[in-house]
Amino acid sequence: MDLISEDKINAMPSIEKLRFVLDGVKAGKIVILEGGLTSEEQMNLIELTMTEVNDDFPGIEMSGYPSKKGFLNLRRKTRLTVVGPARVMRTIRKDKDLISAIISAI
Amino acid sequence: MMGGERKLRKRRGSFLSRLLRALFFRKVTAKIGIYGPPNAGKTTLANRIIHTFVDENIDIGIPTEIPHETRRAVRREGILIDLKSKSVQNPYFNPIPNPPSTPKPNSREVKAKLKIDIVDTPGLATKIDFHDFMAYGLDETEAKKRAKEATEGVIEAIKWLDDIDGVVPLMDSTEDPYTQTNIVIIGNLEARGIPMVIAANKIDLVDASPQRIIDAFPQHPVIPISALKGDNMEDLYEEMARSFR
Repeated sequence: MDLISEDKINAMPSIEKLRFVLDGVKAGKIVILEGGLTSEEQMNLIELTMTEVNDDFPGIEMSGYPSKKGFLNLRRKTRLTVVGPARVMRTIRKDKDLISAIISAI
Repeated sequence: MMGGERKLRKRRGSFLSRLLRALFFRKVTAKIGIYGPPNAGKTTLANRIIHTFVDENIDIGIPTEIPHETRRAVRREGILIDLKSKSVQNPYFNPIPNPPSTPKPNSREVKAKLKIDIVDTPGLATKIDFHDFMAYGLDETEAKKRAKEATEGVIEAIKWLDDIDGVVPLMDSTEDPYTQTNIVIIGNLEARGIPMVIAANKIDLVDASPQRIIDAFPQHPVIPISALKGDNMEDLYEEMARSFR
Protein backbone atom coordinates (compact mmCIF):
# COMPACT_ATOMS: atom_id res chain seq x y z
CA MET A 1 0.00 0.00 0.00
CA ASP A 2 1.29 3.45 -0.93
CA LEU A 3 0.14 6.55 0.94
CA ILE A 4 1.00 9.57 -1.16
CA SER A 5 1.26 13.02 0.40
CA GLU A 6 -0.66 15.97 -0.99
CA ASP A 7 2.64 17.79 -1.62
CA LYS A 8 3.93 15.02 -3.85
CA ILE A 9 0.66 14.78 -5.74
CA ASN A 10 0.38 18.54 -6.24
CA ALA A 11 3.90 18.67 -7.64
CA MET A 12 2.88 16.42 -10.53
CA PRO A 13 1.07 17.54 -13.69
CA SER A 14 -2.27 15.78 -14.16
CA ILE A 15 -1.19 13.20 -16.72
CA GLU A 16 1.93 12.27 -14.74
CA LYS A 17 -0.23 11.86 -11.64
CA LEU A 18 -2.58 9.47 -13.44
CA ARG A 19 0.31 7.45 -14.90
CA PHE A 20 1.85 7.23 -11.43
CA VAL A 21 -1.40 5.95 -9.90
CA LEU A 22 -2.18 3.46 -12.67
CA ASP A 23 1.36 2.06 -12.76
CA GLY A 24 1.19 1.53 -8.99
CA VAL A 25 -2.20 -0.19 -9.20
CA LYS A 26 -1.09 -2.41 -12.09
CA ALA A 27 1.86 -3.44 -9.92
CA GLY A 28 -0.69 -4.65 -7.35
CA LYS A 29 -0.59 -1.70 -4.93
CA ILE A 30 -3.41 0.12 -3.20
CA VAL A 31 -2.69 3.80 -3.75
CA ILE A 32 -4.10 6.32 -1.26
CA LEU A 33 -3.85 9.94 -2.30
CA GLU A 34 -4.01 12.59 0.38
CA GLY A 35 -6.01 15.49 -1.05
CA GLY A 36 -7.40 13.20 -3.72
CA LEU A 37 -8.01 13.49 -7.44
CA THR A 38 -10.47 15.94 -8.96
CA SER A 39 -13.52 14.44 -10.63
CA GLU A 40 -12.04 15.37 -14.02
CA GLU A 41 -8.82 13.57 -13.13
CA GLN A 42 -10.86 10.57 -11.98
CA MET A 43 -12.71 10.52 -15.31
CA ASN A 44 -9.37 10.72 -17.14
CA LEU A 45 -8.09 7.88 -14.97
CA ILE A 46 -11.10 5.76 -15.95
CA GLU A 47 -10.41 6.54 -19.62
CA LEU A 48 -6.71 5.68 -19.27
CA THR A 49 -7.58 2.49 -17.39
CA MET A 50 -9.97 1.36 -20.12
CA THR A 51 -7.18 1.57 -22.69
CA GLU A 52 -5.14 -0.88 -20.59
CA VAL A 53 -7.79 -3.42 -19.54
CA ASN A 54 -6.92 -6.93 -20.66
CA ASP A 55 -7.47 -10.54 -19.55
CA ASP A 56 -5.10 -10.13 -16.59
CA PHE A 57 -5.99 -6.56 -15.60
CA PRO A 58 -9.77 -6.01 -15.43
CA GLY A 59 -9.45 -2.47 -14.16
CA ILE A 60 -9.47 -0.49 -10.95
CA GLU A 61 -11.58 -0.01 -7.87
CA MET A 62 -11.72 3.64 -6.90
CA SER A 63 -13.27 5.33 -3.91
CA GLY A 64 -13.16 8.86 -2.63
CA TYR A 65 -15.10 11.31 -0.59
CA PRO A 66 -17.19 13.74 -2.62
CA SER A 67 -15.39 17.07 -3.03
CA LYS A 68 -16.26 20.07 -0.88
CA LYS A 69 -16.94 23.54 -2.13
CA GLY A 70 -13.96 25.80 -1.56
CA PHE A 71 -13.55 29.54 -1.05
CA LEU A 72 -16.62 31.46 -2.36
CA ASN A 73 -17.68 28.22 -4.07
CA LEU A 74 -15.21 29.07 -6.83
CA ARG A 75 -13.06 25.99 -6.48
CA ARG A 76 -14.06 22.54 -5.38
CA LYS A 77 -11.78 20.98 -2.82
CA THR A 78 -11.05 17.29 -3.21
CA ARG A 79 -10.36 15.29 -0.07
CA LEU A 80 -9.04 11.75 -0.46
CA THR A 81 -8.98 9.10 -3.17
CA VAL A 82 -8.21 5.39 -2.82
CA VAL A 83 -7.38 3.40 -5.95
CA GLY A 84 -6.61 -0.32 -6.09
CA PRO A 85 -6.66 -3.29 -8.47
CA ALA A 86 -10.25 -4.45 -9.08
CA ARG A 87 -9.12 -8.06 -8.54
CA VAL A 88 -8.13 -7.47 -4.92
CA MET A 89 -10.07 -4.46 -3.67
CA ARG A 90 -13.80 -3.99 -3.31
CA THR A 91 -15.68 -1.10 -1.73
CA ILE A 92 -18.36 -2.50 0.55
CA ARG A 93 -19.84 0.66 1.99
CA LYS A 94 -19.43 4.32 1.32
CA ASP A 95 -21.07 7.56 2.29
CA LYS A 96 -19.93 11.15 2.17
CA ASP A 97 -17.49 10.75 5.07
CA LEU A 98 -16.71 7.05 5.32
CA ILE A 99 -15.29 4.36 3.05
CA SER A 100 -15.22 0.67 3.97
CA ALA A 101 -13.34 -1.66 1.65
CA ILE A 102 -12.13 -5.21 1.72
CA ILE A 103 -8.81 -6.25 0.28
CA SER A 104 -8.16 -9.88 -0.53
CA ALA A 105 -5.16 -11.82 -1.78
CA ILE A 106 -5.10 -12.58 -5.52
CA MET B 1 3.03 16.66 -19.86
CA MET B 2 2.31 18.67 -23.03
CA GLY B 3 -0.67 16.47 -23.76
CA GLY B 4 -2.10 17.13 -20.31
CA GLU B 5 -1.71 20.90 -20.69
CA ARG B 6 -3.28 20.79 -24.14
CA LYS B 7 -6.19 18.82 -22.74
CA LEU B 8 -6.66 21.34 -19.90
CA ARG B 9 -6.55 24.28 -22.35
CA LYS B 10 -9.02 22.47 -24.60
CA ARG B 11 -11.35 21.91 -21.64
CA ARG B 12 -11.16 25.58 -20.61
CA GLY B 13 -11.86 26.53 -24.22
CA SER B 14 -14.76 24.12 -24.25
CA PHE B 15 -16.23 25.68 -21.08
CA LEU B 16 -15.86 29.22 -22.47
CA SER B 17 -17.38 28.32 -25.83
CA ARG B 18 -20.23 26.58 -24.00
CA LEU B 19 -20.83 29.74 -21.96
CA LEU B 20 -20.74 31.98 -25.03
CA ARG B 21 -23.07 29.67 -26.93
CA ALA B 22 -25.48 29.68 -24.00
CA LEU B 23 -25.43 33.49 -23.80
CA PHE B 24 -25.68 34.41 -27.46
CA PHE B 25 -26.74 31.39 -29.49
CA ARG B 26 -29.75 29.51 -28.29
CA LYS B 27 -29.73 26.03 -29.76
CA VAL B 28 -32.81 24.82 -31.59
CA THR B 29 -32.09 21.23 -30.65
CA ALA B 30 -30.26 20.21 -27.48
CA LYS B 31 -28.13 17.07 -27.42
CA ILE B 32 -29.06 15.28 -24.21
CA GLY B 33 -26.97 12.37 -22.97
CA ILE B 34 -28.21 9.65 -20.66
CA TYR B 35 -25.31 8.68 -18.42
CA GLY B 36 -24.95 6.19 -15.62
CA PRO B 37 -23.46 2.90 -14.51
CA PRO B 38 -24.27 -0.35 -16.36
CA ASN B 39 -27.79 -1.71 -15.75
CA ALA B 40 -29.20 1.56 -14.39
CA GLY B 41 -31.83 1.53 -17.16
CA LYS B 42 -30.37 4.00 -19.68
CA THR B 43 -31.63 2.18 -22.77
CA THR B 44 -35.02 1.60 -21.14
CA LEU B 45 -35.31 5.35 -20.51
CA ALA B 46 -34.22 6.21 -24.07
CA ASN B 47 -36.77 3.73 -25.42
CA ARG B 48 -39.46 5.20 -23.16
CA ILE B 49 -38.81 8.72 -24.50
CA ILE B 50 -38.87 7.52 -28.12
CA HIS B 51 -41.98 5.37 -27.62
CA THR B 52 -43.77 8.35 -26.08
CA PHE B 53 -42.82 11.10 -28.51
CA VAL B 54 -41.78 9.35 -31.75
CA ASP B 55 -43.09 5.85 -32.36
CA GLU B 56 -44.12 3.05 -30.01
CA ASN B 57 -42.55 0.51 -32.34
CA ILE B 58 -39.07 2.01 -32.54
CA ASP B 59 -36.37 1.00 -30.05
CA ILE B 60 -33.03 2.73 -29.64
CA GLY B 61 -31.66 -0.52 -28.19
CA ILE B 62 -32.72 -3.78 -26.58
CA PRO B 63 -32.24 -3.76 -22.79
CA THR B 64 -31.10 -7.02 -21.19
CA GLU B 65 -29.93 -8.07 -17.75
CA ILE B 66 -26.37 -8.57 -19.04
CA PRO B 67 -24.25 -5.51 -18.18
CA HIS B 68 -22.73 -3.44 -21.02
CA GLU B 69 -25.43 -4.44 -23.49
CA THR B 70 -24.99 -0.94 -25.00
CA ARG B 71 -21.39 -0.75 -26.17
CA ARG B 72 -21.72 2.06 -28.68
CA ALA B 73 -23.35 5.43 -28.08
CA VAL B 74 -26.60 5.64 -30.05
CA ARG B 75 -28.12 8.99 -31.02
CA ARG B 76 -31.72 9.53 -32.02
CA GLU B 77 -32.25 12.95 -33.57
CA GLY B 78 -35.07 15.46 -33.51
CA ILE B 79 -37.35 14.28 -30.69
CA LEU B 80 -39.99 16.88 -29.86
CA ILE B 81 -40.99 16.61 -26.22
CA ASP B 82 -44.40 18.27 -26.22
CA LEU B 83 -46.13 17.29 -23.04
CA LYS B 84 -49.15 19.51 -23.50
CA SER B 85 -50.21 17.89 -26.76
CA LYS B 86 -49.58 14.44 -25.27
CA SER B 87 -51.69 15.15 -22.20
CA VAL B 88 -54.51 16.39 -24.45
CA GLN B 89 -54.39 13.18 -26.45
CA ASN B 90 -54.43 10.93 -23.41
CA PRO B 91 -55.47 12.06 -19.93
CA TYR B 92 -53.48 9.25 -18.32
CA PHE B 93 -50.50 9.93 -20.57
CA ASN B 94 -49.13 6.44 -20.53
CA PRO B 95 -48.02 5.06 -23.86
CA ILE B 96 -47.26 1.50 -22.76
CA PRO B 97 -49.80 -1.20 -23.60
CA ASN B 98 -49.97 -2.43 -19.99
CA PRO B 99 -50.11 0.64 -17.77
CA PRO B 100 -49.14 0.33 -14.10
CA SER B 101 -51.91 -0.70 -11.73
CA THR B 102 -52.26 2.82 -10.35
CA PRO B 103 -51.88 5.23 -13.26
CA LYS B 104 -51.41 8.81 -12.19
CA PRO B 105 -54.38 10.89 -13.31
CA ASN B 106 -53.38 14.06 -15.05
CA SER B 107 -54.96 16.28 -12.42
CA ARG B 108 -52.85 19.33 -13.27
CA GLU B 109 -51.93 20.85 -16.56
CA VAL B 110 -48.42 19.80 -17.48
CA LYS B 111 -46.39 21.84 -19.91
CA ALA B 112 -43.09 20.95 -21.45
CA LYS B 113 -41.82 21.66 -24.93
CA LEU B 114 -38.29 20.90 -25.96
CA LYS B 115 -36.60 19.54 -29.08
CA ILE B 116 -33.77 17.16 -28.32
CA ASP B 117 -31.40 14.62 -29.76
CA ILE B 118 -31.17 11.78 -27.27
CA VAL B 119 -27.84 10.00 -26.81
CA ASP B 120 -27.95 6.59 -25.12
CA THR B 121 -24.41 6.08 -23.86
CA PRO B 122 -22.61 2.89 -22.78
CA GLY B 123 -22.46 2.36 -19.02
CA LEU B 124 -19.54 3.97 -17.20
CA ALA B 125 -17.41 1.60 -15.13
CA THR B 126 -13.95 1.45 -13.61
CA LYS B 127 -13.54 -2.27 -14.25
CA ILE B 128 -14.60 -4.71 -16.94
CA ASP B 129 -13.85 -8.37 -16.27
CA PHE B 130 -14.70 -10.87 -18.99
CA HIS B 131 -15.41 -13.48 -16.27
CA ASP B 132 -18.48 -11.44 -15.27
CA PHE B 133 -20.01 -12.01 -18.72
CA MET B 134 -19.32 -15.74 -18.52
CA ALA B 135 -21.55 -15.82 -15.43
CA TYR B 136 -24.41 -14.90 -17.81
CA GLY B 137 -23.71 -17.94 -20.00
CA LEU B 138 -21.43 -16.39 -22.61
CA ASP B 139 -18.52 -18.56 -23.76
CA GLU B 140 -14.98 -17.31 -23.11
CA THR B 141 -14.37 -16.01 -26.64
CA GLU B 142 -17.65 -14.10 -26.71
CA ALA B 143 -17.08 -12.80 -23.17
CA LYS B 144 -13.62 -11.45 -24.06
CA LYS B 145 -14.98 -9.83 -27.21
CA ARG B 146 -17.78 -8.17 -25.23
CA ALA B 147 -15.30 -6.99 -22.57
CA LYS B 148 -13.09 -5.40 -25.23
CA GLU B 149 -16.07 -3.66 -26.82
CA ALA B 150 -17.28 -2.52 -23.40
CA THR B 151 -13.94 -0.80 -22.66
CA GLU B 152 -14.22 1.05 -25.97
CA GLY B 153 -17.80 1.96 -25.08
CA VAL B 154 -16.72 3.54 -21.77
CA ILE B 155 -14.16 5.67 -23.61
CA GLU B 156 -16.76 6.67 -26.19
CA ALA B 157 -19.21 7.72 -23.46
CA ILE B 158 -16.53 9.92 -21.87
CA LYS B 159 -15.65 11.51 -25.24
CA TRP B 160 -19.32 12.35 -25.83
CA LEU B 161 -19.23 14.68 -22.82
CA ASP B 162 -17.28 17.18 -24.96
CA ASP B 163 -20.24 17.50 -27.32
CA ILE B 164 -23.30 17.31 -25.11
CA ASP B 165 -25.64 20.14 -24.04
CA GLY B 166 -27.37 18.51 -21.08
CA VAL B 167 -27.27 15.23 -19.19
CA VAL B 168 -29.74 13.00 -17.44
CA PRO B 169 -27.57 11.08 -14.96
CA LEU B 170 -29.53 7.91 -14.32
CA MET B 171 -29.19 6.19 -10.95
CA ASP B 172 -30.67 2.98 -9.63
CA SER B 173 -32.88 3.81 -6.61
CA THR B 174 -32.28 0.36 -5.13
CA GLU B 175 -28.50 0.92 -5.01
CA ASP B 176 -26.19 3.04 -2.88
CA PRO B 177 -25.96 6.44 -4.65
CA TYR B 178 -22.47 7.16 -3.32
CA THR B 179 -20.75 5.00 -5.94
CA GLN B 180 -17.62 6.49 -7.40
CA THR B 181 -19.13 6.33 -10.88
CA ASN B 182 -22.03 8.54 -9.81
CA ILE B 183 -19.73 10.95 -8.00
CA VAL B 184 -17.37 11.21 -10.99
CA ILE B 185 -20.24 11.82 -13.43
CA ILE B 186 -21.83 14.54 -11.28
CA GLY B 187 -18.45 16.14 -10.51
CA ASN B 188 -17.53 16.30 -14.20
CA LEU B 189 -20.84 17.83 -15.20
CA GLU B 190 -20.47 20.46 -12.48
CA ALA B 191 -16.90 21.24 -13.58
CA ARG B 192 -17.92 21.56 -17.23
CA GLY B 193 -21.03 23.60 -16.46
CA ILE B 194 -23.33 21.09 -18.19
CA PRO B 195 -26.93 21.28 -16.89
CA MET B 196 -28.32 18.06 -15.46
CA VAL B 197 -31.51 16.48 -14.19
CA ILE B 198 -30.85 13.38 -12.09
CA ALA B 199 -33.36 10.57 -12.65
CA ALA B 200 -33.74 8.16 -9.72
CA ASN B 201 -34.87 5.08 -11.64
CA LYS B 202 -36.56 1.79 -10.67
CA ILE B 203 -38.98 3.28 -8.12
CA ASP B 204 -41.36 0.45 -9.00
CA LEU B 205 -39.14 -2.00 -7.07
CA VAL B 206 -39.96 -2.65 -3.42
CA ASP B 207 -36.49 -1.84 -2.10
CA ALA B 208 -36.23 1.47 -4.01
CA SER B 209 -35.24 4.50 -1.98
CA PRO B 210 -35.04 7.61 -4.20
CA GLN B 211 -34.73 9.72 -1.04
CA ARG B 212 -31.14 8.45 -0.64
CA ILE B 213 -30.31 9.95 -4.05
CA ILE B 214 -32.06 13.22 -3.16
CA ASP B 215 -30.03 13.37 0.07
CA ALA B 216 -26.77 12.52 -1.72
CA PHE B 217 -27.09 15.24 -4.37
CA PRO B 218 -29.17 18.02 -2.79
CA GLN B 219 -27.69 20.68 -5.09
CA HIS B 220 -29.36 19.20 -8.20
CA PRO B 221 -32.93 18.37 -9.25
CA VAL B 222 -33.69 14.69 -8.64
CA ILE B 223 -36.82 13.14 -10.17
CA PRO B 224 -37.88 9.65 -9.01
CA ILE B 225 -39.10 7.61 -12.02
CA SER B 226 -39.68 4.14 -13.33
CA ALA B 227 -38.56 4.12 -16.96
CA LEU B 228 -39.88 0.56 -17.27
CA LYS B 229 -43.40 1.25 -15.98
CA GLY B 230 -43.59 4.88 -17.09
CA ASP B 231 -44.18 6.20 -13.57
CA ASN B 232 -43.62 9.91 -12.96
CA MET B 233 -42.22 10.55 -16.43
CA GLU B 234 -44.21 13.79 -16.81
CA ASP B 235 -42.22 15.32 -13.94
CA LEU B 236 -38.96 14.31 -15.62
CA TYR B 237 -40.00 15.86 -18.96
CA GLU B 238 -41.08 19.05 -17.23
CA GLU B 239 -37.79 19.36 -15.39
CA MET B 240 -35.83 18.56 -18.58
CA ALA B 241 -37.71 21.30 -20.43
CA ARG B 242 -36.93 23.73 -17.59
CA SER B 243 -33.25 22.84 -17.22
CA PHE B 244 -32.22 22.22 -20.85
CA ARG B 245 -34.09 25.04 -22.56
